[in-house]
Amino acid sequence: MLQKNEKRAGTLRAMLAIMVLLLFVIVLENISSWIPGMPAIFSPTSQLFTVLKKGAVYSLVAVSMNLLNGFTGLFSLGQAGFMLLGAYTYAILTVPMAAKDQVYYLYGGSAVKFSLVDAFQSLFGTAGFGGAVSMICAVLVGIVCAGLVAALFAALIGTPVLRLKSDYLAIATLGFAEILRAIFQWQTLGPITNGANMLKSFPTFADFNIKNAAGQVVLRLSTFVPFLLSILCITVIVLLIHSSYGRAFKAIRDDEVAAEAMGISLFKHKMLSFVISSFFSGVGGALFAMYVSNAQAKAFTSTMTYEILLIVVIGGIGSISGSVIGTFLYVACSEWWLRFLDAETYIGSFKVPLLRSGFRMVVFSVVIMIIVLFFSQGIMGEKELTWAGIGGLLKKLKPKKKAASAGKEG
Amino acid sequence: MDEKMVLRMEHVTMQFGGVVAVNDLSLDVPEGKIVALIGPNGAGKTTAFNCITGVYQPTNGRVEFMGKTMICSHPTGKMKKNYLGKDAETYANQKIVDPAPDHVVELGIARTFQNIRLWKSMTVFENVLVAKHMRAKQNVFSATFRTNAKEEARMREETMELLKEQGLDQYCDEIATSLPYGLQRRLEIARALATEPKLLLLDEPAAGMNPQETLELAQYIQEIRDTHHLTVFLIEHHMDLVMKISDYIYVIDFGSEIARGVPKEVQHNKRVIEAYLGVAEDE
Repeated sequence: MLQKNEKRAGTLRAMLAIMVLLLFVIVLENISSWIPGMPAIFSPTSQLFTVLKKGAVYSLVAVSMNLLNGFTGLFSLGQAGFMLLGAYTYAILTVPMAAKDQVYYLYGGSAVKFSLVDAFQSLFGTAGFGGAVSMICAVLVGIVCAGLVAALFAALIGTPVLRLKSDYLAIATLGFAEILRAIFQWQTLGPITNGANMLKSFPTFADFNIKNAAGQVVLRLSTFVPFLLSILCITVIVLLIHSSYGRAFKAIRDDEVAAEAMGISLFKHKMLSFVISSFFSGVGGALFAMYVSNAQAKAFTSTMTYEILLIVVIGGIGSISGSVIGTFLYVACSEWWLRFLDAETYIGSFKVPLLRSGFRMVVFSVVIMIIVLFFSQGIMGEKELTWAGIGGLLKKLKPKKKAASAGKEG
Repeated sequence: MDEKMVLRMEHVTMQFGGVVAVNDLSLDVPEGKIVALIGPNGAGKTTAFNCITGVYQPTNGRVEFMGKTMICSHPTGKMKKNYLGKDAETYANQKIVDPAPDHVVELGIARTFQNIRLWKSMTVFENVLVAKHMRAKQNVFSATFRTNAKEEARMREETMELLKEQGLDQYCDEIATSLPYGLQRRLEIARALATEPKLLLLDEPAAGMNPQETLELAQYIQEIRDTHHLTVFLIEHHMDLVMKISDYIYVIDFGSEIARGVPKEVQHNKRVIEAYLGVAEDE
């Protein structure tokens, strides 16, 4: 009974923390318009919000990859492929009818004579509250469809591919992603995928900013929305991992032979993990399309998969909170903190050597090598961030007492 | 024989390339008994186990569990020409039945491993809890969204009960592989019991144990057989253990049966002694 209460209290605390975080994001985004004279970093166009948005999207993809690689022990590199499927599904379904001719102008209009946006607008109306409802519905349905299409493809290729182990699985999934990318750029499919050109004009995060009648932004929600969606999805993954099925996944990762000998069907569970991970990768792909405001096959290269794999490794393979922390660190470094390395800098008349366009990637690579060589456990290892862990860390940071600090996380 | 047979192997042959690891092995395991399969190193004991548990598909032969055909096979393809065993015709016209290991467990056969295979990142409690997964009435949605709370609670309760019964409850939150060797073996048996088997296969349960521990293990095996209404089929090297607890013994060497009988008979069988001690060359 006590344990149950404790558990409930933990859930409550987690929910509270999520709500506080979401509120914080809303405040952060709008503070520059509420209080004039805030530093430039709080302006909506600052790199801070780029990092937050991209971080939110990437953390979902990283966590979904971790579900497969870290928790089920399946080394798959198909993430970019499933993201591509998600991004395209979302984009194709939600480009408004009015914009289709312009988007598909090379192919004389789209072959998909249907748009979720218009479908919901005919139900709820186009302006004001009805317009908002129809947009939200269109986006949500689009995102779910994106996930479902990715999951469907995962189920299809899962049967042959999941017979493979370790590196072979990685190569097969990587190949799958590359083939998909080529197919989506194929001119013959132009009326659907717009060939090698980008799909655009579909609802993006910026469309969630609440505007008044004059078209001025009243409340910015463009960072809040990716956070909300990402947190929802990650919560589902966390729940899955802590369920009976999640334990079965871990058993397969630890020892396949023993798992099978204890009645865990390898194929069924690997497939489940693969399909669920791909579903959320697809959702992540849709969010990515919303983040960059376009969907283009050439963005979903294997480099993107490696980027995500790197995040998972940096955060700790087998740790959800590690993946999330890793994502924000990685994105912040690549988009913001290490940007100065790319700019030619002068101190007085002295030109700082080495700093020039592209140098950032050099430093970045070195940092990554150091991490992989010396901190292969990543930030969190297999542990999770917990209240006790944070408490212990705070205690450690305070003036050191001789008492043994409970710094152990997990 | 009026006893009910839990497991019955008929002419099981396992051939890898040109090597016949198990040759024409037929044996019966009666309900509620402890039956041992012994033999020198490399005799093919573990291979025989792997044939029963679905890890390998035997080249030829049939395995019956609880009176129903569980595994049936005959040489196919290339093996047809290269087959070195006997009785290839007996099963040639029967349908091949080759269940996956998890299916065999579902039918009610649980096993332990010669080299302990516990899940190393999990606690003692979780190790047993995972074994409960197979029989839980749930699907991935009900498990994720916690609508299976009752089922989950039942699984946890049963796991705790099982651990208490096995005297492992005090180690419940420890990482499984941090336990002393003897307890790890015991945990592996507990984990196998969690799958609610009718037949328990033990692969060298006393490996690496000292005489005292072996003695305790012997008692323990008899205990769980009675409390869980099990039939036990074990592979063992420790003669003391085998002679003490077995109701019936099969001896194999180079994949073929060389003797069978109650412990007394086997103990004095000349071929068994030869197989274990070797034959003087000038004899």
